[in-house]
Amino acid sequence: MTFEKRVRFRSSWLPWALVAPQLLVVVLFFFWPAGQALLESVYESDAFGMSSTFVGLDNFKRLFADETYLQSFWTTAIFSIWVAGCGLTIALLLAVMADRIVHGGLFYKTSLIVPYAIAPAVVGVLWVFMFTPSMGVVSHALKQAGVDWNHLLNSTHAMTLIVTAAVWKQISYNFLFFLAALQSVPKSLLEAAAIDGAGPWMRFWTIQLPLITPTAFFLLVVNIVYAFFDTFAIIDATTSGGPGKDTAILVYKVYQDGFKAMDLGGSAAQSVVLMAIVIALTVLQFRYIEKRVNY
Amino acid sequence: MKLRNTLTSMALALTALSAQAQTEIQMWHSMSGALGEWVNGLANSYNQSQKDYKVVPVFKGNYDESMTAAMAAFRGGNAPHVLQVFEVGTATMMYSKGAIVPVAKVMKDAGYKFDPSVYIPAVAGYYTAPNGDIQSLPFNSSTPVFWYNKDAFKAAGLDPESPPKTWTELTLAASKLKASGHKCPFTTAWQTWVHLETFSAWHDVEFATQRNGFKGLNARLNVTTPLHVRHIENLANMSANGLFVYKGRAGAAGATFESGECAMYTNSSAAYAGIKRNAKFAFGVSTLPYYPDVKGAPQNTIIGGASLWVMAGKNSNEYKGVAGFFDHLSKTDVQAKSHQDTGYLPITTAAYQATEKSGFYKQNPGTDVSVTQMVRKTTDRSQGIRLGNFVQIRTIMDEELEQVWSGKKSPKDGLEAIKKRGDELLVRFENANR
Amino acid sequence: MIERRPLATFLSHLIVLAGVLIVAFPVVLALVATTQTSEQIVQNFPMSMVPGDNLWASFHQALFGGQTAKGNTLPAVAPMLWVSLVSAVIISFGKIAISLLSAFAIVYFRFPFRNLIFWMIFITLMLPVEVRILPTYAVVSSLGMLDTYAGLTLPLIASATATFLFRQFFLTVPDELVEAARMDGAGPMRFFLDILLPLSRTSIAALFVIQFIYGWNQYLWPLLVTTTEDMYPIVMGIRRLMAGGDASTEWNVVMATAILAMLPPALVVILMQKWFVKGLVDTEK
Repeated sequence: MTFEKRVRFRSSWLPWALVAPQLLVVVLFFFWPAGQALLESVYESDAFGMSSTFVGLDNFKRLFADETYLQSFWTTAIFSIWVAGCGLTIALLLAVMADRIVHGGLFYKTSLIVPYAIAPAVVGVLWVFMFTPSMGVVSHALKQAGVDWNHLLNSTHAMTLIVTAAVWKQISYNFLFFLAALQSVPKSLLEAAAIDGAGPWMRFWTIQLPLITPTAFFLLVVNIVYAFFDTFAIIDATTSGGPGKDTAILVYKVYQDGFKAMDLGGSAAQSVVLMAIVIALTVLQFRYIEKRVNY
Repeated sequence: MKLRNTLTSMALALTALSAQAQTEIQMWHSMSGALGEWVNGLANSYNQSQKDYKVVPVFKGNYDESMTAAMAAFRGGNAPHVLQVFEVGTATMMYSKGAIVPVAKVMKDAGYKFDPSVYIPAVAGYYTAPNGDIQSLPFNSSTPVFWYNKDAFKAAGLDPESPPKTWTELTLAASKLKASGHKCPFTTAWQTWVHLETFSAWHDVEFATQRNGFKGLNARLNVTTPLHVRHIENLANMSANGLFVYKGRAGAAGATFESGECAMYTNSSAAYAGIKRNAKFAFGVSTLPYYPDVKGAPQNTIIGGASLWVMAGKNSNEYKGVAGFFDHLSKTDVQAKSHQDTGYLPITTAAYQATEKSGFYKQNPGTDVSVTQMVRKTTDRSQGIRLGNFVQIRTIMDEELEQVWSGKKSPKDGLEAIKKRGDELLVRFENANR
Repeated sequence: MIERRPLATFLSHLIVLAGVLIVAFPVVLALVATTQTSEQIVQNFPMSMVPGDNLWASFHQALFGGQTAKGNTLPAVAPMLWVSLVSAVIISFGKIAISLLSAFAIVYFRFPFRNLIFWMIFITLMLPVEVRILPTYAVVSSLGMLDTYAGLTLPLIASATATFLFRQFFLTVPDELVEAARMDGAGPMRFFLDILLPLSRTSIAALFVIQFIYGWNQYLWPLLVTTTEDMYPIVMGIRRLMAGGDASTEWNVVMATAILAMLPPALVVILMQKWFVKGLVDTEK
């Protein structure tokens, strides 16, 4: 972990006072409830909490004996790589281009960020409007182009759909932060490089990109976390994890079980597993990728 | 708007001051859109009919969300008095010891004469315990029926006034529709509810052992019988020939019928409102197709929808109010009006008869199909379904059927997978609730 | 930009325009839907992209409620917009404030458990709200915060993303600035307020947009925590319009409400962009 700053302030009490507010909120409204939620993983309870039996690791054993669960590890990995990869590259491309534009910049930037604000409930509906096989606006167009779009029964179509929907949402988010980062790059540096004869591509590679790596790293971590945890609603609205279980990523099953089926023990066990995976992934990112970030 | 609100609240406050202190009854529901208005109307009519209690309906999201909200609230000690729960949650509610109070008990304790025989057997039976005590009050119940596009029939050379009654006739009709250029002759919504659960009751066979779970926790799925395999094979063949086109889980297929894309489909009787409003074509409704060579078919269909449960932990005065509200809901005129306005099934035979007498069915042909499928004496196998972890089981059924429709699994393998995976869940439920 | 390269500029416009078309397409779809009647939307498959003439009616119904052609009564959205506004503002201000402080402490001080604390904050990202919603509700309920703005906002204020982003940003601030401040005799808080904060303007602006939208679009948590309809945020209102399955939804009004719901965040986006530019100038120091 790179916390190394050569210069620091000294105080025995100030840092504690500074972190106190956030820590208080986090402990009260996250750790305490989260601990209880995760504790459910070793119990078998009924919906209303009237009876709880301690079952040890049974919930976990059952999970790993379920081959569809193991299958969803793979599905989740593919999904996350696609979502993070596409989301970051497309957003970066758009941000770099938008940064160059002087005229109409406000319109472009607003139009790229505002879609993030559509109510999630409506987003799901819009995707259905667009992609319902043979009835959706986009699927109809695809049909004219010769693609018989049917994500209800075709797994590749289904995966493409959820990746597209998830990436769509993230483009706005990533674009915003990339843009902010690009606009923080001192113009003087770029001007100096231009005077030295560096073209726009060279300037991007040698100046802009290195300087936005802190933001890029932030976005990488956040995108992966997003792909793992926040995509339930999108999948529920479009494919419901189908066809079969082909788009049922890990978090989808957590929601299905915990939320729709009231299986608190099972869903808590899955959450533990999911958390462990993402924490491991994040630690790896901090350990190996952060080395290449320029601070 | 604000001024109107203020004036209204002032008026209400004045009324409240003049009346004695009203006990508030909280009812959490999941009826959005026009149906939310219907619920508000029911509460208002009750509130205006007496002064002691005020039913306050609160929209709490869809069924999953309101269930979670109720669970959270219950644990925190501020559960609502009445909760609308979907039918697949029946076992969960029933087996949550101490969380609910059976409706029969609430009514009896409040001094209402509660006669189970006034209720339509197939409707109330779903929510009745083996000892005859009704556990929850059926509220918005519907049942699968068969919808078809009369204009498309005409264009295909089929008689729009004689819809197919058997599966053979339906396959034939589908072929004709396909021949006349229809890309989607037949589809279905709620495939598990219609083609496995109701299908079993309609043909008087068990969907699960132990009378579909009514008799005990050791029920297991019964979907691998030759009859079930035959039906799914039929559908799979139709799918392979383009006669049956899968249009998604839950109610997604509704839009394809309303837009005219699909010519025939099986869906809830409550789809009536949407179809009547959005369909640009003449449509008809008929009974669910069946296999005439099966003994006992057609028996009756089972209901879907939700019922009203009473949560535990309130005082007897509040329960009196709840009982009064339920009694009000069961009144013939209230039931009849609800049935006619929404398309949901009436829960009492009297309401059905009153509606018939009023000529409503004649003026709105087809709206009685759903009721006639239900107004029969139920058998041991057609009373309804009471299985634990049923939400997850339905998901499993959806998943496996999709594998069958996409050709990845044979119908037999799909049904066996359903049985295997579903039984695991049933065993778990049994162990958890012993 | 720096030199004039018309081809590159043209290309940039093209790419960004393409991006806008793709990203904004669903919004355009929603807008077109508001110009048609609910029946038209369902009857045409696929939905016609040609605007109809129902625009005014849809928005009027969305804003003020009232009876629709088929007898549905719709509630007005103005009060819900207010609730959403207050919640979103509290959430974004709250998150940014406490995250700034925490990130500052973590980067610029050395104290025991520093790493641990950062990870503790970070972990809040890794357990979705829905999974821990029952016990969180229990905490809020026991604190007596149901049906209050505090209950609506406090549990959502723990933000790891803000702390993380500020941490990233603070690490890029040159050490010379700190040294200079110290030599001037300024203490840590002075440094924080006079130097660090102005430098962080761009990050704050970006985060404000995101957190505002996040707070604005909250659905599940308000659903659990509020029971009185005057504490319903706008997204719940939208959901309530969407009849699930049985009755028929007034799609044009749903879309109109969704568009209305997008306006305040859009405003925030436009306003915040001015801050981006300002931040630029200051970093020239």
